Amino acid sequence: MTAFWALVIKDLRLFFGDRRAVIMSFIAPILIGSFFGYVFGGGPKKEQSKVKVLVVDQDRSATTKELMGSLEKENGIEAATAELAEAREAVRKGRAPVAIVLPKGFGESASRALFMPGAKPEITVMYDPSHTVESSMVRGMLTGQIMQTVSKGAFSGETGKRTVSEALRSLEGSTMDAGEKSTLQGLLKSVEKYNALPPASSGGGGFSIPFAMKDEPLTARAGVLYNAYAHSFGGMAIQFMLFMGIDVGIGMLLLRQRGLWRRFRAAPLSKTVLLGSRACSATLIGMMILSVVFTFARVAFDVRIEGSLLGFVGVCAAFSLMTAAYGMLIAAIGRTPEAARGLAILATLLMVMLSGAWVPSFLFPQWMQPVTKAIPARWAMDGIDAMTWRGSGGEEAVMPILVLLSGALVFGVVAVWRFRWEAE
Amino acid sequence: MLSAKNLRKAFGQLQAVSDVSLEAAKGEVLGLLGPNGAGKTTTIGMLAGLVPPDAGEVRIAGEPIVGDTSELKRKLGLVPQELALFEELTATANLDLFGALYGLSGAALARERARVFELVGLADRAKDRAGTFSGGMKRRLNLAAALMHDPDVILLDEPTVGVDPQSRNAIFDNLESLKAAGKTLLYTTHYMEEAARLCDRIAIMDHGKVIAYDDLSGLLKLAPVSRVVVVELADFHRVDAVLGLAGVREAELTGNQLRLGIERVEDIPGLLTWLLSQGAAIDHVHTERPTLETVFLHLTGRSLRDA
Repeated sequence: MTAFWALVIKDLRLFFGDRRAVIMSFIAPILIGSFFGYVFGGGPKKEQSKVKVLVVDQDRSATTKELMGSLEKENGIEAATAELAEAREAVRKGRAPVAIVLPKGFGESASRALFMPGAKPEITVMYDPSHTVESSMVRGMLTGQIMQTVSKGAFSGETGKRTVSEALRSLEGSTMDAGEKSTLQGLLKSVEKYNALPPASSGGGGFSIPFAMKDEPLTARAGVLYNAYAHSFGGMAIQFMLFMGIDVGIGMLLLRQRGLWRRFRAAPLSKTVLLGSRACSATLIGMMILSVVFTFARVAFDVRIEGSLLGFVGVCAAFSLMTAAYGMLIAAIGRTPEAARGLAILATLLMVMLSGAWVPSFLFPQWMQPVTKAIPARWAMDGIDAMTWRGSGGEEAVMPILVLLSGALVFGVVAVWRFRWEAE
Repeated sequence: MLSAKNLRKAFGQLQAVSDVSLEAAKGEVLGLLGPNGAGKTTTIGMLAGLVPPDAGEVRIAGEPIVGDTSELKRKLGLVPQELALFEELTATANLDLFGALYGLSGAALARERARVFELVGLADRAKDRAGTFSGGMKRRLNLAAALMHDPDVILLDEPTVGVDPQSRNAIFDNLESLKAAGKTLLYTTHYMEEAARLCDRIAIMDHGKVIAYDDLSGLLKLAPVSRVVVVELADFHRVDAVLGLAGVREAELTGNQLRLGIERVEDIPGLLTWLLSQGAAIDHVHTERPTLETVFLHLTGRSLRDA
C-alpha cells in the first residue's frame, strides 16, 4: 500500500501544484456556472421572469387603451408602448423579442367582426426568429386579452352600441333564412337592451375566460423556489471534471514520453496499483471539484441539496469514478499526448452537450432524446438536478449511480484491455 | 549476477534485438557500446523486465524475473535515458516517491534519501524543484532515483547524454563508487571513451546484434592495425597510392589530415620519407593507439559516431 498511496499523493501534489489545472477545475466552473445561472433565471425568485412586448397602438381607441391596460397586468409579459419604427428596430436588434401592431380602426373593426361577416382587422406580430417560444406565448396571451376586451366593448361601450345597431340594420336587408334571421335579430336586440342598462347594474359585460389560473412551480417542496444556479453549477462541474479526465489521460501518456513509465514498470508494482492509484487520485480530485463548486454555489447563490444528501454524494462519487475511468480510456486509446488531446476534447464536448449541461436536454429534437440516455454524463446531470433543486429522495439517485458505475466499468474494462503495458 | 541468453525482440518487421547473450558478475561494469538504434535500449528493457523478449531468458542472481511484482525487481535499479523525473516536484519528493515504489517508508526512506543525496552531491538542493536544476544536476538526480532501494544491479541507459564535462565526471565518480561498493553495472553508451574508461567488459552492438564482446584489450586486438599515424599536410591527394605501400592497412584523407593505419611502428620513417618525396608539405605528425572507434569501423565499415 506504500507505493499505492505514494502514487496517489504524487498525483494530488502535481494537480495542486499546477496553477492552470486548479484554475480550470475550480475557478472556471464557478465563473461559467455563475454566468449561466444568472442568464437562465438566477437564484430563487417568487416572481417569474417576464417577456418584454412592445405594443404599437395605431388606433388609440378606448378598446386598445383597455387592451394595453390588460396586457400591463399580465404576469408573464412586460408590455410597453412604442412607435412602429422604434418597435421594428428594437426587435431587429434583439432588444425585445416580440412587438405587436394594433392597426388604426382596430377597436371598431374587431367589435363589428364579432357579429358580422367580412374582413377582420389584422394584428401584426413582429418577432425575433431566435425567440419563437416567447412569440407563441405572447400570441396566446394576446388572443385571450383581445377576446375579453373586445367582447366587453361590444356589450357595454359606445362602440358596442353602434356596432349592434349597424348589425341589426344590415340584417334587415339580408337574404338569410327567415328563421335564422329572426333568432339573430332577437339576440342582437337583447344585447341592445342590455347595453341600454345603466353601467352600475350591468357591472360591465362581454366574454371572459371561464377560468382562473394559479401558477405552482413544482420543486423540492412547497415554498422552495427554483434556483437556476443549481443546474448551471452542476452542468459546469460535470464539464470541467470531464476536462480533468482528459488531463488524467494525457498525463499518463506523458509519463511514457518522459521515461517515467519505464521507471514505474521497472518497480515491483502490479497493474492494479499503477492504474488503480491513478483512478483513485482522479476520483478524489473529482470529488474535491464537486465539493468546492457546490460549496461556493451554496454560499454565493443559496444552492441547496434539497433532496437526499447521501444520494448527492453517491451521484458525485459515481461520476468522479466514471471520469477517472474515462481518463484511463484516453490513456489506453491515445498513441501520443498530442494526438489524443484533440480527439478527447471533441468527445468530451459532445458528451457534455448531450448531457444537457449547457442547455436542458428537453430542448433537443425528439429523436435525440433516447440517444442522450446512452451518455453517462446525462445521468450525472439528472442525478444532480434530482438531488438539488428537484429535492428527490435517495431512490431517485439509484439509477443515475448504477448507470455511472456501469459507465465506469465499461470504460475501465476497455482501458485495461487496450492499455499498452510495455514500456517500449 | 546478471545474465541474458539469446534475447530476441522484434517490433513489427523490425528485428530490434537478435540473439543477444550477456553476463555480468558482482562488482563488474559491463558496457553496451553501439550507435543510436543498435538495440541497446531494447536490450536494457528486456533485462529490466519492461519488454518481454520474443525468445531468450534473463536471470538476476540466477533467477528469472516472473510477473510484475517479482521480488527480483528489487535487486534492479533502472536509470532511463530520458530524465525520468517529476520536474514539478522537489528533489526530495521525487526520491521519496521512487523509494516508496520499492516499499520504503518512514525512517528507512529518510536514511536512503540522505545516502543517495550524499552520493550524487545534491543534498544542498534537496528542497528545490527538479525543474530548476541544470541538465547535469537532473542527470545526477535521475541516477539517484534508481539507487533509493539500494539495488545490486544497476542498468544505466546512456546516463550522460547531454551533460557538460564536469557533470559527466561527477557521474563517473558516482559510478566508480558504486562499482567499489560491489554493485553490478550495465552501462549503455555510444561514447567509446566512456566505455573504455568505465567498463570491465564491453559488448559492441550494431543492428540488434552483439558483434564483439570482450574486455578492452581483447577488443583492441580486433583492430587491423597496431598504430594510427596522423599526418597534417598540404599538397597531397594520392590516397590510393598510400594504400599500396608496404605496411599500410588503412588510409583516410579528411581535409588536410591524413590518417594511416599501420602494422608496425618501424614503418613510420619510410612513410614520411615517401610523402615528402611526393611533394607533400608536412606540418605535424603524431601517432595514436587504435581505439574502440577503430574496432567499430573495422567491424562494421562505419564510424561509430556516423552510424
